[in-house]
Amino acid sequence: MSAVIEPGRVEPGHVEQAHGDHHGPAKGLMRWVLTTNHKDIGSMYLWFSFCAFLLGGSMAMVIRAELFQPGLQIVQPEFFNQMTTMHGLIMVFGAVMPAFVGLANWMIPLMIGAPDMALPRMNNFSFWLLPAAFGLLVSTLFMEGGGPNFGWTFYAPLSTTYAPESVTFFIFAIHLMGISSIMGAINVIATILNLRAPGMTLMKMPLFVWTWLITAFLLIAVMPVLAGVVTMMLMDIHFGTSFFSAAGGGDPVLFQHVFWFFGHPEVYIMILPAFGAVSSIIPAFSRKPLFGYTSMVYATAAIAFLSFIVWAHHMFVVGIPLVGELFFMYATMLIAVPTGVKVFNWVSTMWQGSLSFETPMLFAVAFVILFTIGGFSGLMLAIAPADFQYHDTYFVVAHFHYVLVPGAIFGIFASAYYWLPKWTGHMYDETLGKLHFWLSFVGMNMAFFPMHFVGLAGMPRRIPDYNLQFADFNMISSIGAFTFGATQIFFLFIVIKCIRGGKPAPAKPWDGAEGLEWTIPSPAPYHTFQVPPDMNPVHEHRKGPGDEVLP
Amino acid sequence: MSEPIPTRRLIGRLLVLVVAMFAFGFALVPLYDVMCDAFGINGKPSGNAYQGSQVVDEARQVRVQFLATNSADMGWEFHPKADELVLSPGAVGEMLFVARNPSDRPMTAQAIPSIAPSEAAAYFHKTECFCFTQQMLQPGERIEMPVRFIVDRDLPRDVHHLTLAYTLFDITARKPPVALNGG
Repeated sequence: MSAVIEPGRVEPGHVEQAHGDHHGPAKGLMRWVLTTNHKDIGSMYLWFSFCAFLLGGSMAMVIRAELFQPGLQIVQPEFFNQMTTMHGLIMVFGAVMPAFVGLANWMIPLMIGAPDMALPRMNNFSFWLLPAAFGLLVSTLFMEGGGPNFGWTFYAPLSTTYAPESVTFFIFAIHLMGISSIMGAINVIATILNLRAPGMTLMKMPLFVWTWLITAFLLIAVMPVLAGVVTMMLMDIHFGTSFFSAAGGGDPVLFQHVFWFFGHPEVYIMILPAFGAVSSIIPAFSRKPLFGYTSMVYATAAIAFLSFIVWAHHMFVVGIPLVGELFFMYATMLIAVPTGVKVFNWVSTMWQGSLSFETPMLFAVAFVILFTIGGFSGLMLAIAPADFQYHDTYFVVAHFHYVLVPGAIFGIFASAYYWLPKWTGHMYDETLGKLHFWLSFVGMNMAFFPMHFVGLAGMPRRIPDYNLQFADFNMISSIGAFTFGATQIFFLFIVIKCIRGGKPAPAKPWDGAEGLEWTIPSPAPYHTFQVPPDMNPVHEHRKGPGDEVLP
Repeated sequence: MSEPIPTRRLIGRLLVLVVAMFAFGFALVPLYDVMCDAFGINGKPSGNAYQGSQVVDEARQVRVQFLATNSADMGWEFHPKADELVLSPGAVGEMLFVARNPSDRPMTAQAIPSIAPSEAAAYFHKTECFCFTQQMLQPGERIEMPVRFIVDRDLPRDVHHLTLAYTLFDITARKPPVALNGG
């Protein structure tokens, strides 16, 4: 049996072919361990991501509890450092990235009319590497000397010379999740390029598929560089090399260059799939086709290209030459152009649309507004001379939380509500969904907006204590963060309620929605599109001028 | 629509890309040094002795200041004999740095230089420097180490003031010192 699904060929099926073509999932625990079904794996990715989200979130709660008042109340600085580090690592690598891989697994085959992902067994392996990787990472918290405490950016020499003993486990955890991401990305590319239904050309693909194709290339380009940089750390720590040690002729600044060569494309890896999802959701609830589809595709590609030549804007204060500061400043600002194109297109899609505000649309509209605010503070940070003041303050924390929480996370919530009826066969509770949105919206803004102010006033990040003048804003931030955090338990309740029952969902629950995923029943059967749908224009033989070409 | 590449070949190509990007990460290491060397950026002076000589530019003078710092866990006494030197571009300057090993064991040290402002690094030529080699000192031993240098005549006009800073690292573990009679 081939481990590769070839285009146009019906999946060979499992060994128990005797059960017939439409056999359901296997029973019991081994179903989940051995599954090669894209829907099963997608669900596991999403559940894994949600667990990581709650774990990383509870670490954020520790941080905000400590910062509720000035002075040291709850945790010691050593543990606080571990919390900030692990919060960042778990949210980036454990929550946001696996959530998007989960959405890709569920939706890409359904959107392009493929029976499954192109490499189903590798798909299983890339998921099951993640619990191993994060088990390793989280276990460091219980080791002597504590877990990683050097910030999620793990700058050398903090992460080499001065690192806790557990850093080796951290390095191997990064290696494992890197391998997992690379395999996931290869799978996505192979699926999109080779398993599209006949007639679905690249420029007919939904934008979520497009953004994921570009994201997958970004992953393949930068995850190996991340693997390289942690390998260099490993060699510096254990094998006597001096990549980042000045004593042996190395340079700690080199670490920052290599890290951010990975790190900047990484932030687009975390946002591009959200762009794609929102580009499906806004047209559905505006009951209008997406404005400027082609420009959306090119804007995404432009953002991906630019993400490779702006990395040193994270390093304006390390002492790079003036000409470098200018180059990275202007290149960074250039990203605002394709991003502006996207925001313009989303707003234009809503313009004169027949809008309705179900929960997915609420999250999508909040995404557009709040992500734009995060984009603006990003432009402020891009100004090299001004960055000398903003660098390593809470202004930076406010900026990247505004692009990641209402950007990536709201994008994931919007996607979850949008496709939950397809996944579960039930409508979620709309009232509860809206309540989840408003509590998240208020909590998130309350938590992160005041950080702009304390940051501009000079409060440094990653410090468990602060000056008295920042006390009020920090208390507001903490209350907002607790609200946001508690609300996500409520989201869990909404999802479980939706899985267990609710109004049966029709095949297409949103009247304005477009796409192949709405042509199959809800819940989506275990096997779909075993015969690819024909997307070629119908009545080809009598097509003439004036005949409309169907999508 | 053009025919897609067969899946196995596509995966092969993507894996080549993965390996190439892994190698690229490591290629950034020499690339970084080449860039720093070529443009004299990041305050990294050249690690090789300067061979040429220059006509002295009597018309202007540059003040060169000296700093000596121990890295963490380094217990040596380490300082220049004077804090600064005023000289003309093109002239050869010399400064002696003093190092003493106050510990009760033989130790090896490596000095790493840095120039500020960083754009002047390309114009600071060392004809001789103790940083080109390592220092092995027996317990209590004291040495004077010379650095000879030329500030280039082409130093930008707006730079009047240079700082040469050395940080001394303990590399005993990396290069065990030889016994007293061996070296």
